[in-house]
Amino acid sequence: MSAVSFSAAETQRSSAVVDFPSTSSCFDIEALSLAYEGKPALRDLTLRVPRHRVTAFIGPSGCGKSTLLRGLNRLHDLNDQVTRSGRIRLEGQDIHARDVDVAELRRRVGMVFQTPNPFPMSIYENVAYGVRLQGVKRKRELDEIVEWALQSAALWEEVKADLHASAWTLSGGQQQRLVIARTLAVRPDVLLLDEPASALDPISTLKIEELIRGLKSQLTLILVTHNMQQAARVSDYTAFLHAGELVEYAPTDTLFTNPRLRRTEDYITGRVG
Amino acid sequence: MDITNETHSQHISRQFNQELEQLKTQLMAMGGLVEKQVQDAVEALLEGDSRTAERVRDSDNAVNDMQIQIDEECTRVLARRQPAASDLRLVLAVIRATSDLERVGDEANKIARNALTLIESDRHSRGMVEIRHLSEHVRKMLRDALTSFARFDTRLALEVLHEDESVDNEYTTATRSLVTFMMEDPRAITSILSVMTILRALERVGDHADNLAEHVIYLVKGLDVRHTDPGELEGSLGE
Ligand SMILES: Nc1ncnc2c1ncn2[C@@H]1O[C@H](COP(=O)(O)OP(=O)(O)OP(=O)(O)O)[C@@H](O)[C@H]1O
Ligand SMILES: [Mg+2]
Repeated sequence: MSAVSFSAAETQRSSAVVDFPSTSSCFDIEALSLAYEGKPALRDLTLRVPRHRVTAFIGPSGCGKSTLLRGLNRLHDLNDQVTRSGRIRLEGQDIHARDVDVAELRRRVGMVFQTPNPFPMSIYENVAYGVRLQGVKRKRELDEIVEWALQSAALWEEVKADLHASAWTLSGGQQQRLVIARTLAVRPDVLLLDEPASALDPISTLKIEELIRGLKSQLTLILVTHNMQQAARVSDYTAFLHAGELVEYAPTDTLFTNPRLRRTEDYITGRVG
Repeated sequence: MDITNETHSQHISRQFNQELEQLKTQLMAMGGLVEKQVQDAVEALLEGDSRTAERVRDSDNAVNDMQIQIDEECTRVLARRQPAASDLRLVLAVIRATSDLERVGDEANKIARNALTLIESDRHSRGMVEIRHLSEHVRKMLRDALTSFARFDTRLALEVLHEDESVDNEYTTATRSLVTFMMEDPRAITSILSVMTILRALERVGDHADNLAEHVIYLVKGLDVRHTDPGELEGSLGE
């Protein structure tokens, strides 16, 4: 486990940093602030997200977790009430630079939301959809990608018998894995998961968690969750956000056994803050 | 993050506060019981009171039952609450502490058994002064260790860790001089062996007090100091 160092003293600002070589950072977020109609939602956030690891963002409702996640693949571009300052780099490259193709950025940084949102089409078509948009036309190639994506999302065995059934015939947990397969099919570098299991039963939840752990050899994962045990089970690093600020960021083992700050301790152990 | 003995009473779930409070209370009760057993066993010897010695010898069930009860309580808390951070450390520290206290109970039992032998054979054997001193010393350690647990007081816990070194010295000095007596007076061998067993048991009580103090540091600071030299520790605890 890598050592953790913290800049400055225990300030109430976003001062915590997790220490790993900068060559292993996937996202490099620097002094990021974001506001909706002038109301701040993220305040001066600085953190690095390690490549091929699972990083969890935790914090109370409204603290800015989803806002941060959406910032990472520029979903806020669609909302002109949003103002932003600071910098986000993906593999060293500024994601807001002029020459960045936003569609390509969103392919590289895939997002899975809380409620499974399969398209109203067959299982096969759901997975093939994005791949077709990328210009893959040949059936053989599509078949291969669909199978690979469904395998990667641990869904293949359950659906291979009838790939042309409607996606709506699947259970909630299966739908969520289908959405993950759909995202994986376009070969992203990063998978953002915003409470991906909060609408699922315990078994489906464990399957998703198992999947997340398995995927980290292929890509970088960022997980937003309200379930402390889930963050503790699947993530390598955990960032605790509060009121738009990064309070503490540390290896998950450390954060859940011996957090540095009172505010973190209160949150993860369910105390009145 | 350093915690205090208030920390575990601030959960949103009041039931959880009570469960953790209950664990601490039960641990203190168990600590009080074994401390009393050590005291009774030694006093029984010094006063030739075989009734009391027999009572201590026959009472280890009470301690074992308490250990099992507290550990079961800990298991329930772990399963139901999935505690994290200082809550988790409290439960682990309590489990470790009951195991040390249970063994203090075993040592008290051993003292009582040897006391009975000595009361029947040679109550004025050499070594009684050493037993009295060492027992006062380790009982103070045990009391301080329990107090440091109750108050989450790492400073007091550190003092206990330092005491253990001087207890070890006291024990070594005492046994050396007793060995000399055994060589001089073969008739005293049996009773001196009993005395040495008692001294050894007391020294072990000191070791368990030392362990308890380490659990307190783990609980409060989150540091596992079981294999750290007390001198070095002071620096890293900033005290
Ligand atoms: N589209 C929006 N327009 C205006 N304000 C918004 C918008 N989205 C979020 N906010 C505000 O920004 C803040 C952060 O919201 P965000 O959704 O990022 O929180 P969150 O940590 O994801 O919360 P939750 O755990 O409830 O999902 C909140 O105060 C919220 O009201
Ligand atoms: Mg959200």
